[in-house]
Amino acid sequence: MGDKLYNRREFIRNVSLTALAGLSLPLFSSCSKEEAEDFLQKHFREMTSEEKKRVIAKLEQRYLQKYGRKFQISTKEALPETLWGYGLELSRCIGCRRCVYACVKENNHSRHDPQLQWIRVLRLKRGNLINLENSEHYYNPDLVPEKGFVYLPVQCQQCQEPPCVKVCPVHATWQEPDGIVVVDYNWCIGCRYCIAACPYKGRVFNWAEPNIPKEEINPSVHYLGNRPRMKCAVEKCTFCIQRVRKGRYPACVEACPTGTRKFGNLLDPNSEMRYIIDRKRVFRLKEDLNTESKFYYFFEA
Amino acid sequence: MNGLQETLIETWHFYKRTLTLVVTGSKLYYAWCFSLLAIIVTGLVFYLKQHEVGLIATNMNDQVSWGLYIANFTYLVGAAAAAVLLVIPSYIYHFKPIKEIVVLGELFAASAVVMAILFVMVDLGRLDRFWHMIPFVGSMNFPQSLLAWDVLALNGYLFLNLLIPIYLLVKFYYRKEPNWKFILPFILASIPWAVSIHTVTAFLYNGLPARPFWNASILAPRFLASAFCSGPAIIIIIFQIIRKVSRYTIAIEDEALFKISELIAYSMFLNLFLLSAELYKEYYSQTVHIASFKYLFEGLHNHKQLVPWIWAAMTMNVIAFIIFLIPATRKRLATLNLGCLLIIIGVWIEKGPGFVIPGFVPDPLGEIHEYLPNLVELMVSFGIWALGLLIFTLLMKVAIPIETGEFSHVKYVERAFRMDEERQAWKSWK
Repeated sequence: MGDKLYNRREFIRNVSLTALAGLSLPLFSSCSKEEAEDFLQKHFREMTSEEKKRVIAKLEQRYLQKYGRKFQISTKEALPETLWGYGLELSRCIGCRRCVYACVKENNHSRHDPQLQWIRVLRLKRGNLINLENSEHYYNPDLVPEKGFVYLPVQCQQCQEPPCVKVCPVHATWQEPDGIVVVDYNWCIGCRYCIAACPYKGRVFNWAEPNIPKEEINPSVHYLGNRPRMKCAVEKCTFCIQRVRKGRYPACVEACPTGTRKFGNLLDPNSEMRYIIDRKRVFRLKEDLNTESKFYYFFEA
Repeated sequence: MNGLQETLIETWHFYKRTLTLVVTGSKLYYAWCFSLLAIIVTGLVFYLKQHEVGLIATNMNDQVSWGLYIANFTYLVGAAAAAVLLVIPSYIYHFKPIKEIVVLGELFAASAVVMAILFVMVDLGRLDRFWHMIPFVGSMNFPQSLLAWDVLALNGYLFLNLLIPIYLLVKFYYRKEPNWKFILPFILASIPWAVSIHTVTAFLYNGLPARPFWNASILAPRFLASAFCSGPAIIIIIFQIIRKVSRYTIAIEDEALFKISELIAYSMFLNLFLLSAELYKEYYSQTVHIASFKYLFEGLHNHKQLVPWIWAAMTMNVIAFIIFLIPATRKRLATLNLGCLLIIIGVWIEKGPGFVIPGFVPDPLGEIHEYLPNLVELMVSFGIWALGLLIFTLLMKVAIPIETGEFSHVKYVERAFRMDEERQAWKSWK
């Protein structure tokens, strides 16, 4: 009796385990080697500096193989006494979208099908500004600026009270001490709650595996910024964290041909941003939502 | 030692006999289970494709970033919460006809929660990182994120709705009086818990000022009202099917169904009332926030994909309300069933796609992007519904014979003549 019982039980166990393995096998096999390697990787903020180094070495190796370039992957922390702010002079913007494409290039966005963009330029009929329902996102004239229209570029507004950080169920996104909201692309579970929560459409999702041509890759990256991302993780503008923490301007600021875009440290009384806030008429998008964004739109006095 | 051995052997017998019970049945039973299995496998195949290429396999995008999956999730959480409408009359008011079937209702809730959880899982871009959400193992953003609350609430509710019916069924299998001091606190906890799962799900949308369509305080009450229509409607239909196909004579009395339908009438009134309160506010004040409502009910800038759907849903809900309001139609099975079907579909449209999609249209920067689910999303969804139905069927296959007394501890089976007596005992403590 006992023997028979054991055999039966063993049989059932084997059958069920085989069935389970059989069922989950296709799931595992559709995971890439990289995904398997990264499976147990810790949250970035919980890594020791030793663990960070190991992860960086792994990524450098991986990127070298994939893109044939030696990457410099920075994990540089926020500078002390810094809170980054952005200024955008609406009366100057001509809607040329050079900022959009400078950003795509600098930040290693997926290029084709889909192309991801962190900056969106809205075209509004003169006489409109706040009701964005009247905006055109895909205007495509031969020449800009067009008569009768104004342009409103929008990107992540780096809120001081970011709704996206509040809703993330796994702490995959947070605000750095210098005010930049970043994402640990390796921790994001792809639930897209942050996209639903953002009032500025500041976040985009990698619906597919991102693709970047080898010759267009930017090998100077930050771990929390423009390193190549992976499918089904969310991403967003980081004020070019890889640049600004090294004392450079964000790529969009440099690319703008009309000087529309300004950038600086809000805590430094002598910065350009403080000058603008003190002397120009500034406003922030959707101020009524109390997101305390650090992205200031303004007009010439 | 001897006692332990006996317990082990009996447990083994229980499992073995349960397995036999589950794998043997009528031709109809086999046909039903295998068709469900076929749908599940098809859904799994489509899901694997989605898992491989990413969510680009679906029709969702940066404008409408949640779609059919989250719509189904919302609906099923409501359906699961509705089990409370059986729990209150049976355990609190000891309304006998419902008490007979409350265990089945709880198992229905458990199956619905499993489906709801699966709909969230297939919506996750990175299933491989699911463990980041597990408390203490990953880093759950509790209490800040409402999604974290939902994970806890749903799993807690699943636990309660498995523990309570299984405990009671096992007790009856052994013909023992349940220890009410042990199980009653769980039963009582399941009542506010049912309300909480749907409230938390409503708050998940409600707390987003970026989406004015969802950012209305009336949302949680509306959710509960519509849930208490659709859930019981499903239960009424399912109980009649069970009554028809089960070879055991399970005591599902018409009176129980009529009582449930009376509750549906109240809930549907509340649901329609709350909706009209919202419509009044939006249409009388005519602020920019009306855009999503306009998109849903009349179309926005010539985008009117959802308009026929929502009007169909409104018509179904109103007709069903009238059917359930009039005692004569409520108490005739033919009209009762028609009303149930209308409610199941009507509420699904209203709080599934009709609730999730307009939240994204227009998006926060005013873009209008119309969304319709594609084949992958449809097939995966069918797969999950089929899985839920299969789980429920198998649970019923075991639960019903225990309830009727046909399936019980070995030593009682041999004394079949005592059966009626035992059944009376079971009924008296119930």
